[in-house]
Amino acid sequence: MSMVITLATTRRILAQLRHDYGTIGLMVGVPSVLMILLRYVFDQPTLFDRIGPMLLGMFPFVIMFIVTSVGTLRERAGGTLERLMTMPMGRLDLLVGYALAFGVLALAQVGVVLAISLTWLGLDLAGSGWALLLVAVLDALLGMALGLFASAFARSEFQAVQFMPAFVLPQALLCGLIMPRDQMASWLEAISDVLPLTYAVDAMQQVSREPDVGGELVRDIVVVAGCTLLALLLGAATLRRRTP
Amino acid sequence: MMNSTAPAVRVAGLRVRRGGREVLHEVTFEVPRGSIVGLLGPSGCGKTTLIRSIVGVQIVTSGTVTVLGEPAGAPSLRRRVGYATQQPAVYADLSVTENLRYFASVLGAPRSDVDRVVAEVGLERQRDQLVATLSGGQLGRANLAVALLGAPELVVLDEPTVGLDPVLRQELWALFRRLADRGVTLIVSSHVMDEAGRTDRLLLMREGRILADGTPAELRAASGTDDLEQTFLNLISERTEARTS
Repeated sequence: MSMVITLATTRRILAQLRHDYGTIGLMVGVPSVLMILLRYVFDQPTLFDRIGPMLLGMFPFVIMFIVTSVGTLRERAGGTLERLMTMPMGRLDLLVGYALAFGVLALAQVGVVLAISLTWLGLDLAGSGWALLLVAVLDALLGMALGLFASAFARSEFQAVQFMPAFVLPQALLCGLIMPRDQMASWLEAISDVLPLTYAVDAMQQVSREPDVGGELVRDIVVVAGCTLLALLLGAATLRRRTP
Repeated sequence: MMNSTAPAVRVAGLRVRRGGREVLHEVTFEVPRGSIVGLLGPSGCGKTTLIRSIVGVQIVTSGTVTVLGEPAGAPSLRRRVGYATQQPAVYADLSVTENLRYFASVLGAPRSDVDRVVAEVGLERQRDQLVATLSGGQLGRANLAVALLGAPELVVLDEPTVGLDPVLRQELWALFRRLADRGVTLIVSSHVMDEAGRTDRLLLMREGRILADGTPAELRAASGTDDLEQTFLNLISERTEARTS
C-alpha cells in the first residue's frame, strides 16, 4: 500500500465531488430536510428523541451505500479501473482512498444534520456529540464498504441502484427502527442479530440515551468496524487486475 | 542491462477465449525495441484482446506474453508500460489537468510531466476544461496523454487516432516517431489502412490470427501492389484459397 497513491485517490474523488455541487447538496440537504420533516410529522419531542438518533445513523449508511456502489460501478464500466490496475495502484490504495474521501463527506453530512437537530429541532442527546459523530462516520464507512462489495455483482447502474432496497431495506426493517427488536418474532430477532445495521443503529441509541460510553456501545462499535473491514476485504477481492 | 537486448514484446502461441468463443488462435510474433508497430485489421478481429493481453489485464487461455523481458502484467512493468484504451478511460467530471495530475501521482511521475504531455497532445487550450465538455477528438487526446505520463518504455495505444482531423493525425504520428527515436517502443492499433504506411512494422490481423508480419515495404513487395489495402485483400483471398483447396 502506498500513502501517496491513497491520498491522491482521496483528493481525486473529492475533486470529482467538488465539480458536482448537485450531489453534495443532495447528500447534505436531503437528510437535513428528512430530519426536519420527521420532527414535525411526529410533533412529539420524546418520540423524536428516540427515532432521531437512529436515523442519524441510517442516513450516512444508506447514502454512502448508493454513492459508492454507483461510483465504483462507473469506475469499472468506464475503464478507469482497468487503467489504474495497469499502474502501480494497489487494491487497498483504491479502497482506502475511497474510504477517506467518503469519510470526510460523511463527517460533513452528519455534522450539518446533527447541528440542525440539536439546535432548531431540539433533539435531546444524553451522550456526547463527538461519540455520535464517530458512530455516524463508522456507519457511513460500513455503507460504503457494503456498497463497494455489492457493486461487484451489479452488471449495470440499474442493478446497482436496485441493490439498495435489496441490501438495505431488510436491514432497516429489522434493526429496531420500526419495531423494537425484543418485540419481534424470535426468528426475526435472530436474523437481526447478524445484520450489521442493527449494531449501527443500536450504537446511535446508546449514544443518545447513555451519558457515558458503556460496554454495549463499545461492542456495537467493534461489530460495525469489524463488518466494515470484512466488507472492504471482500470488496478488495472483487477488484481484479485480469478480467475475461 | 541484459533485458534491453530482448524484444519489447514476445507473444508465443497465445490463445484467448472470450464469451465462450476463442478470439485469438495461436498468435505468435515479436516486436523489436524502439520501433512503431501497427496492429491493423477490421473491427472485431481481436486487436483489443491482443492489446489487453500485452498490458496484462486479459485472462489468457494458453501461450505466453513477455513484455520488456518480464511476464505481461508483472508488477515491475506497471511504471514501464503506458496504455490507452480505445474507449477513453479518464474521469469525465474532472478537468484535463486534474486527470493527468492524478494519474501522474499514481505513476510516481514528476508534476512537470502534466505540462509536457498536455503540450505533446496539443491540449493546452483545453487544459482546465472538464473532460465531459471535450469533443471526441480532444477526449481521445486526453486519454492518450495519460499513456505518455512518466517514462514508459513501451506505449500501447488502441485506435488513438479515431475521429481526429488529418492535421492532428499528422501531428500525433510525428509525436509517435519522436518517441520511437528516443528508444520507446509503440504498438498502435488502427483499422485505417492509410496509417499503416507510417509504421516500421505491420501486423495484419483477421479473425483472431496474424495474416502477415513485416515492414510495409516488404508486405507491398510480397503482394506485388503499392496499395496496402490491396495487400490486405490479396492476403485474405490467398488464405481463403489455401483453405478451400
